[in-house]
Amino acid sequence: MFSGLMLNTWIAATAVAVIAGVTGFFAVLRGSTFAAHAIPNGAFAGAAGASLLGLNAFAGLAVFSVGGALGIAGLSRRSRHDVATALTFVMMLGIGALFVSWSTEYAQEAYALLFGEVFGVSTGDVLPILVLGAVCIAAIIVMFRPLLLSSAMPEVAEARGLSARRMDLAFLLVMALATSMTVPVVGALLMFSLMIGPAAAARALTARPFLAMTLAVVIALVTVWTGIAISYGTNWPLGFFVGVMGAAFFLFGQGYALLRRHRVRPETG
Amino acid sequence: MRYIFEPGFFSSGPVHIALAVGTVIAVTSAVVGVFTVTRGQSFAGHSLADIATTGGSGAFLIGINQFWGYLAFGAGAAAFMEMIGIQRRRGRDVATGVVLGAALGLAALFLYLGTEFSSTTGASFTILFGSMFVITSSTVPALLASALLALATVVVLARVLLLSSLSPDIAAARGVPVRAVGAAYLMALAVSVALAAVIIGAVLSTALLIGPAATALRVAKGPVLAIVTAAGIGVAAIWIGIVLAYDSFYWPPSGRGWPVSFFVVTLIVGGYLLTYLRRDRPAAAVAAERPDAEQVCSPA
Repeated sequence: MFSGLMLNTWIAATAVAVIAGVTGFFAVLRGSTFAAHAIPNGAFAGAAGASLLGLNAFAGLAVFSVGGALGIAGLSRRSRHDVATALTFVMMLGIGALFVSWSTEYAQEAYALLFGEVFGVSTGDVLPILVLGAVCIAAIIVMFRPLLLSSAMPEVAEARGLSARRMDLAFLLVMALATSMTVPVVGALLMFSLMIGPAAAARALTARPFLAMTLAVVIALVTVWTGIAISYGTNWPLGFFVGVMGAAFFLFGQGYALLRRHRVRPETG
Repeated sequence: MRYIFEPGFFSSGPVHIALAVGTVIAVTSAVVGVFTVTRGQSFAGHSLADIATTGGSGAFLIGINQFWGYLAFGAGAAAFMEMIGIQRRRGRDVATGVVLGAALGLAALFLYLGTEFSSTTGASFTILFGSMFVITSSTVPALLASALLALATVVVLARVLLLSSLSPDIAAARGVPVRAVGAAYLMALAVSVALAAVIIGAVLSTALLIGPAATALRVAKGPVLAIVTAAGIGVAAIWIGIVLAYDSFYWPPSGRGWPVSFFVVTLIVGGYLLTYLRRDRPAAAVAAERPDAEQVCSPA
């Protein structure tokens, strides 16, 4: 379970979980859940296009996820954020459907991109994942305070001269970068579960930002490690375990928050 | 005419069904979509489509008609979202996201088991992107009945729904059961999205739900006009999309045909971008004119 190719799996999955926890914390805090779903899923169209042209999947994913981030940010200037996200997303998927229909042997590969191929990580894949992951973490650390301020209190941030639009664009770009590195490993659908479930649970458990972010990373790590172990034993897809465990952690967090609220203010119930 | 409609377009059975069903779906999605956009529930609308996918793959697994799988999972997820707090302004998107994540996990499992046991690798693709020309005529009555149900729910609730979408507090003060209305609406949304999922695929049904409605809300004055405009845009997009997809069998790379979903999405997004060409109005003026759900429902 810890030898040869599986070692790559553990390293890649650990890196992915750390990125997902960190970016997911901000995605949940900012209410950018829809964008967190749209960018990885839409980027899959880019991988389809890259395979059509015979290019590396990373290139296609990077182009489409960055394009998606720019599209969402651009349309949001004059549209509602959720509408902008939805339309950018469906456009990317429409193009993806076209690419897939042109290609002959894509169906199996499409499945792998949507649901991940965590057990097929080669040694060559590990290095770019670690490098891109480090870049994402560094970007988040650099932006940590302004991003936190503009996520939690957008008006205060604006008053201090922080453009909400620019922060939004910066965050979406980090998410795009994280996406293009994680999608080939864990799949577009799984990446989303891993960003939202642990972060939502962590936020319900504590209100302190740094602690919540650390907790999100820890929960994401526990989810992925347990998922891989069970998936290795049963051969069932990892996405299933991550999705279900994310929801379970969230429900646990909600239950805990509810309990705590009742204990602190019994009269308001 | 021959250059627009390739030979055989009007005599083809699958095209007839696709046109008829497509029209019903487009109208239902557009009408429901106007409220979805007003309420700021695009994410829920899209999630319900993705979740219906899970139902589709589950139905595929146990060998019943996918339509029932879509419907059952869509309605179930809507109920669940309502339960864990889609009504609360804060954290609504997060609740939607968690339900979506769990459902996608289940979809991965169903598809895995499905391909394991019957080795049909194309199944996952059909479920996700749909295939307009493979609607069987036996599912048409069920499709129509559910569409009418969703449409009737929204039309009956239109007035209270609009009020409780724009200003939940005023609605509550007037004795509107805001929560029940929201729940009924979410059910109608789930049904109409499940329908669209059968036609253009779970993922792309979002296009028909959000696109025409968002475009109409930008150009039309007043809710009734917006609904009519949205329905018109939706129907036009799906008709032109079907014609182009039919024609595309003769386009390169030859003999394969381009997907209907690509055309429909391109038309809808193109239509939305056209509204950007209208003379610029400052965003503040637009917001003041229509105190929409962004102000009313945005998390504090």
